[in-house]
Amino acid sequence: MTAPLINVPAHAKRGEVIAIKTLISHQMETGFRYSATGTLLPRNIITEFVCTYNGDEIFRARFYPAVAANPFLTFYTVATASGTIAFTWTGDNGFFETATANIVVE
Amino acid sequence: MSKHTRSLRLLTIVCLALFAATTPSSSAEIASANRRTDYDFMSRDTQAMQDDDAANPGMLWVQEGEALWAHKEGSGQRSCMDCHGDARFSMKGVAARYPAFDAERDRPIDLEERIINCRLNHQNATPFAYESKELLSLAAYIARQSRGAPIETGNDERLEPFIAAGREIFNRRQGQLNISCAQCHDDNWGKRLAGNIVPQAHPTGYPLYRLEWQSLGSLQRRLRACMFGMRAEPYPFGAPENIALEVFLMARAHGMPMDAPAVRP
Repeated sequence: MTAPLINVPAHAKRGEVIAIKTLISHQMETGFRYSATGTLLPRNIITEFVCTYNGDEIFRARFYPAVAANPFLTFYTVATASGTIAFTWTGDNGFFETATANIVVE
Repeated sequence: MSKHTRSLRLLTIVCLALFAATTPSSSAEIASANRRTDYDFMSRDTQAMQDDDAANPGMLWVQEGEALWAHKEGSGQRSCMDCHGDARFSMKGVAARYPAFDAERDRPIDLEERIINCRLNHQNATPFAYESKELLSLAAYIARQSRGAPIETGNDERLEPFIAAGREIFNRRQGQLNISCAQCHDDNWGKRLAGNIVPQAHPTGYPLYRLEWQSLGSLQRRLRACMFGMRAEPYPFGAPENIALEVFLMARAHGMPMDAPAVRP
């Protein structure tokens, strides 16, 4: 499994608005498609994404079958303190992926 | 097949049929002043997605390829790195020279076939299948090292007969719609085919992430998809016709900068 690609600035000024970008490898099979032999392909999608900043939840998203493969998310937060920004993706068939990024706030 | 393509495909076929009925049979090559990369034809949004490594989904394959490059494989337990060293230096500009002439086989081979041969002959490992995640990842990682390098394919004169063969296929009418590649890409570039702009078919960014595929794919996959749209029988992966088309198209794009892994609609 390919690791997610995370983009968080390594340094930021206190109070600065920073952009966070995440990209994860996932087929996002809708559950509505049929295979070449006519059998229904079971749904296999990411259902939830959560981002925490030093343990506090700052962003949460629910995913549905219409989300394209390899979902890319970008969102913003205020740099409040140095520490760790953590990401989790949860999905069908026990899919679970995590990633972290460190940020220094001056 | 991707999710939303069936009706689009039908529309494409209807439009192609109209093209075939209305365009002259002989095609003229694009004047050098009018040559444009396929990147130039894309929307600003798609260009932004390609340019930002954090947003370009092709980078997921590049990252995978970087791991595979260092992974020891086969009975010899050798990695790509053991022979070729750090790809960031040793593979610089390499993809811009492919397909390249292979003296042993007396014909050109593309980057994917080169990787397959390396796995067979030097790593003694099971070769990767065409379009497998592993093969695309390694190809993407290698091609990434040539970003910005001008395409040099065609400098080798041993390629000339193969370029000529590719040019012949490119200009040959084929399939149920009885059209040639050139009728779209030489004569009607810049116009719309269904929702998309017809580009000039300069393969600068392969393997590339196609939004329609929702995946990375090789130039051969792209050629097969075009054949399908022309209602012609696609050449199998690795077929001499596909390689000839690849050599011709890369030589036709001579001098253009590589932008792999590109993003295309």
